[in-house]
Amino acid sequence: MTPVPKDAAAPASPTGTADPPAVRIHDLVKVFGRGKHTLTALDGLSLEVGKGEFVSVLGASGCGKSTLLSLVAGLDAPTAGTVTVGGHRVSMMFQEAALFPWLTVGSNIELPMKVRKVARAERRRRVEELLALVRLSGFSGRLPHQLSGGMRQRVALARALAQDADVLLMDEPFGALDAMTRDILHDELERIWRERDLTVLFVTHNVREAVRLGDRVVLLSSRPGRIIEEFPVVEERPRRIDSVEVAARAASITDRLRAEVARHAA
Amino acid sequence: MPLDSATTAQQRADARTGQDEREVAGLDALELGPQRLVEPNGFAVWGKRLWDASWPKALALVLVLGAWQAVVWSEWKPEFVFPGPDKVLPVLLGEVTTPRFWEAMQVTMQRALSGFALAVVVGVLVGVAVSRIKPLRAAIGSLITGLQTMPSIVWFPFAMLLYGITESAIMFVIILGAAPSIANGLVSGIDYVSPNLLRVGQVVGLRGIARYRYLIVPAALPTFVAGLKQGWAFAWRSLMAGELLVIIDQQNSIGWALSQARTMNNSERLLSYILIVLIIGIVIDIFFSYADKSIRKRWGIST
Ligand SMILES: Nc1ncnc2c1ncn2[C@@H]1O[C@H](COP(=O)(O)OP(=O)(O)OP(=O)(O)O)[C@@H](O)[C@H]1O
Ligand SMILES: [Mg+2]
Repeated sequence: MTPVPKDAAAPASPTGTADPPAVRIHDLVKVFGRGKHTLTALDGLSLEVGKGEFVSVLGASGCGKSTLLSLVAGLDAPTAGTVTVGGHRVSMMFQEAALFPWLTVGSNIELPMKVRKVARAERRRRVEELLALVRLSGFSGRLPHQLSGGMRQRVALARALAQDADVLLMDEPFGALDAMTRDILHDELERIWRERDLTVLFVTHNVREAVRLGDRVVLLSSRPGRIIEEFPVVEERPRRIDSVEVAARAASITDRLRAEVARHAA
Repeated sequence: MPLDSATTAQQRADARTGQDEREVAGLDALELGPQRLVEPNGFAVWGKRLWDASWPKALALVLVLGAWQAVVWSEWKPEFVFPGPDKVLPVLLGEVTTPRFWEAMQVTMQRALSGFALAVVVGVLVGVAVSRIKPLRAAIGSLITGLQTMPSIVWFPFAMLLYGITESAIMFVIILGAAPSIANGLVSGIDYVSPNLLRVGQVVGLRGIARYRYLIVPAALPTFVAGLKQGWAFAWRSLMAGELLVIIDQQNSIGWALSQARTMNNSERLLSYILIVLIIGIVIDIFFSYADKSIRKRWGIST
């Protein structure tokens, strides 16, 4: 259970083939503000995510995880460095479900397809399919505020999948949920990731969650963010978040994370 | 529960992870709590909503009538100057059955609606321009708020100078009175669209017109409707002031009827028309409140 230094970590592509990486982040720098009041959020971060790989990104609060995802999603422009997604379609899920409150569940999921001018009959079919995928069949006509937090997150997941993306960026999507709901959603996410052969970049605060889901856990330093260490997770899937193996690996990562936070505070 | 059967049927089909799924459905059902999927009969619901919206106003009316009668009984003023509801209400009922009244009503409501419609157009155009063009916002953003605080009656002398004693003078003041509130409602509606929703719009690929159509406009709607409601109140006040001040060729209207009643020292008629103005205001307020409430309900802002 010794941590593997960053350079030695080979991209653990589950297919084992030599596919080009789905996401290639090279020397990424992001500086906010101008003049005297600048803040360097990311400083020379490099990361490759293999096609079909599930990578968890861990880091202390404020280290630049959300910034990293916005840059990969193209919501913001990097100060320096490059992000290459090589023809893959990228979609993103946020910490809040952020559903459009005036649209029903079905229409929320339909919207990304409407934007891409998918034919109406096809949209209807896909909405039903996605609702079944996130186990919300029959909820199409509900309004978001009539759902629980966990259900809203599942609708947000369905909406993200409706973009037909093969790269899914997730920014602490289950952070606000109770442990049991989160546990169930982990199972569903893992199932969907497999079924759809997605590439996932999953940001979290929670070390166990990172280990439960990831093929690889990437640890970011405190601000400015860069990768200090990578941990391959070799335990058999499906894993349980409360299993001994997950707990043991999480403990070693937590130690490293704690050392980093302490170093920063000192 | 109908809602459960849909999910459980699907669960049985999928035997592999059936255990987990039943758990989810059980949890979801708990999370949702008892909730009727089928709304009861439309008429009954509508009737109840109307009743819910109108009983407080009816109570208010009763209180006003009571207070009014009390003042009359106190003999504060002679009865031919300040008659009680017992004198006024029959006159009011008689008045609303005359063609003269309906003619006045038609003229006034036509002015009100066309003035308000114009104010909406102007308000929306100004609002969109201010929210889209940065320098314009800096320049006239605060001016709009300033205009809102102006008592609209102040504009009448100027309007009469510009347009003479015409409909246009009245329209001019209605628009100046109502458009700032409408523009303001729109601008703040657009300003306060949640940044989370804006980011989702970006991820989903909403751009240009589609961004407005599917995101900005619906998101700004609740605040916009509040602006409309306020704009209406200003339009209605401006119109009443206008009809009292700008009397076009003895054109029959509610305002004209009011000033006629005063010149003829007819207190009963005068008070009848005051009541009519009050009632119109209340009815339109019910309409706006209803719109406001249904939007809030759908958005889940309040329950
Ligand atoms: N638009 C912005 N302007 C200025 N500074 C910003 C902006 N966005 C983020 N920052 C700063 O960049 C740093 C990294 O922010 P980021 O949101 O990426 O952190 P994070 O790792 O996602 O934190 P958390 O785990 O708490 O969500 C923070 O110090 C934050 O204050
Ligand atoms: Mg964040």
